[in-house]
Amino acid sequence: MSHQNNQAEMIKEISGVNPYKCMKCGKCTATCPAFDEMDIKPHQFVSYVQSGNVQALAESKSLWKCLSCFACVERCPRDVQPGRIIDAARQIVVRQRGGNYLTADEIPALLDEELPQQLLVSAYRRYKR
Amino acid sequence: MKFSYYPGCTLRNKAKDLDAYARASAKALGFELEELQDWQCCGGVYPLGTDEIASKLSSVRALAQAKEKGQELVTLCSACHHVLKRVNDDMQNVEDIRTRANNYMKLDTPYGGETKVLHFLEVIRDRIGFDELKKKVVNPLTGKKIGAYYGCLLLRPGNIMAFDDPENPKMLEDFIRALGAEPVVYPYRNECCGGYISLKEPDMAKSMCQTICESANGFGAEMLITACPLCRYNLTKTQLDLPVYYFTELLAEALGVKEEALK
Repeated sequence: MSHQNNQAEMIKEISGVNPYKCMKCGKCTATCPAFDEMDIKPHQFVSYVQSGNVQALAESKSLWKCLSCFACVERCPRDVQPGRIIDAARQIVVRQRGGNYLTADEIPALLDEELPQQLLVSAYRRYKR
Repeated sequence: MKFSYYPGCTLRNKAKDLDAYARASAKALGFELEELQDWQCCGGVYPLGTDEIASKLSSVRALAQAKEKGQELVTLCSACHHVLKRVNDDMQNVEDIRTRANNYMKLDTPYGGETKVLHFLEVIRDRIGFDELKKKVVNPLTGKKIGAYYGCLLLRPGNIMAFDDPENPKMLEDFIRALGAEPVVYPYRNECCGGYISLKEPDMAKSMCQTICESANGFGAEMLITACPLCRYNLTKTQLDLPVYYFTELLAEALGVKEEALK
């Protein structure tokens, strides 16, 4: 099995999502509050997994633009859960050595007086291993 | 009425007031919050990967401790509530996660999601009742026009959170009415504030919150209320200067316990 196919299988496994259930209605993208900022849009996530082109997904800006707001998960009429696919792609990246999107060194410059602890732990969990 | 209580990391630090107002209000409403011992941070966001086990254990420990005490578990922060409720759902319904988490936990009796997780607002709605709350109000917030900001984490996914109608909630509006104020319904009340994006991309969160606050303001809201420290942080970064309060602050004020809460 090629590396790409292997990664596509990993995304299916980690996300628990069956991308073949998608009927391409586009509701996920229509409802995504971060869609403007994404290069690969939520309704396209499944295609990349179906075709095995996971490298493009792993390099996409969308990984770091998803807010985990679960709008796409709530509103998908087929229960495909695009938010889980993008999280799995993000996991594949941050679980690799050097794949972290946030490092501890960056934190001091990002702090302000009111910043809640919740923001740091949440960002750590999504961006870092 | 006594409940186990999980405050979470931010309520011990930047959001101490969210916690203090809730405790004083609980007392005034006749229920007791018994803080869990040695609770650990929930992690802020629910780990979505089906193979994530270790990152769910802090929640499992809290849930199992409440079960041991034979109490329902009350949360206050939207994020903690979201994480604990979803991990509990995993422990009930996902055999692989239940088995593997219990292998780590080594409890005398394995934990299988028995604890009921309640948000503070659910205690008020389902155990006290909004009518009863209304009777206990001594300083009604008459004339105040308040927009409820729900955000994402209390509502979605609706099948697991089961908090309210995820598309058209009314919990906070009923709460506002019980305090004697006037709820302002606006379309962006369950839109995302940007959440953790504000750490690395504050401008993106700012523009999302600007839309939310302009919407609320446009419908006549003088202030917003929320249960989430991160939503509050993000919502106060706009150029509108729309005040954003924790719902517990207004609750404590209406119940006449605001002063003593901060002592």
